[in-house]
Amino acid sequence: MSTRTSVVGALLGILAILAGAAGPVLADHKPAASIPTAALIQPADFTATLNAPAASKPLILQVGFRKAYLQAHIPGSEYVGAASEEDGVKVLRERVATLHKDRAIVIYCGCCPWSKCPNIAAAYDTLQQLGFTNVKVIYIADDFGTNWVDQGFPTAKGS
Amino acid sequence: MRGSRIAACALGLLLAGVAWALGPGDVAPDFALTDFNGKPMRLADYRGKLVLLNFWASWCGPCLEEMPRLSALQHNYGPLGLQVIGVSMDDEAAPAKQLLVKRPVNYPIGLGDDKLGERYGGILGLPQSFLIDRHGRILARYKGEADLSQIEAAIKSQFTAPRH
Repeated sequence: MSTRTSVVGALLGILAILAGAAGPVLADHKPAASIPTAALIQPADFTATLNAPAASKPLILQVGFRKAYLQAHIPGSEYVGAASEEDGVKVLRERVATLHKDRAIVIYCGCCPWSKCPNIAAAYDTLQQLGFTNVKVIYIADDFGTNWVDQGFPTAKGS
Repeated sequence: MRGSRIAACALGLLLAGVAWALGPGDVAPDFALTDFNGKPMRLADYRGKLVLLNFWASWCGPCLEEMPRLSALQHNYGPLGLQVIGVSMDDEAAPAKQLLVKRPVNYPIGLGDDKLGERYGGILGLPQSFLIDRHGRILARYKGEADLSQIEAAIKSQFTAPRH
């Protein structure tokens, strides 16, 4: 590599580090860590619920991105959309509008590592604000592929 | 009754048959997209180059954090034969294009879909990157927040190792 190329490369590297330090240009989102621990459920524990009689099953909602849902999702779960976006929150509100406030609802995302997920806390907060008292959140530490599909848990695909 | 059981079994086998385990040593599935500048973007056209294929989305914080560094890799190693390729998994191209106006990169990016994600073993979390050798075989798969110094080391090793 020439000296000029190296210098430009070094400058790009510095800019990259500065950009990384400054964080993304995304609007700030409420961190998943804001969700109370008592509301969390581990993926392995939740799989038992999938075999429960239909009448006692919770409403399961995926609040992440559509292209992931189409590839793989929890059987019986419904796609409502990214809760970090207005459209996603709107669909979520509409989906639960007619439900009793004590209806069991389970939400999950898995789009990104838990600490960086822009959707899950937004969805949880929305349901809290609407007065739902029985909301659980599946704790997906890394992503849906790693913590659900790769573990061999039941998976469906398509819309 | 028997027919419905057979159908249920077939559905089960279908779901179980999704190829989730694409990784090192596998041939990287070819694809043809149009990049956001309107140019064809086909993986096979990069045979002979080392390819870093990066799946991302405009709403994904970790993705945006690593993109300037991917640009730096393209700048530093492009002359040696590296080509970074981006595939946006946004629902639509518009938010990704808008973001790239504010944060331009120096490598081509096109819009992917769920079918492409499935062919790559399931892109069920972002970011995800694949390092693909000059013959189109996957050298490494990086899921989640990757250690970019580790990726750079892998790239360097490809340019210092004897070519086959």
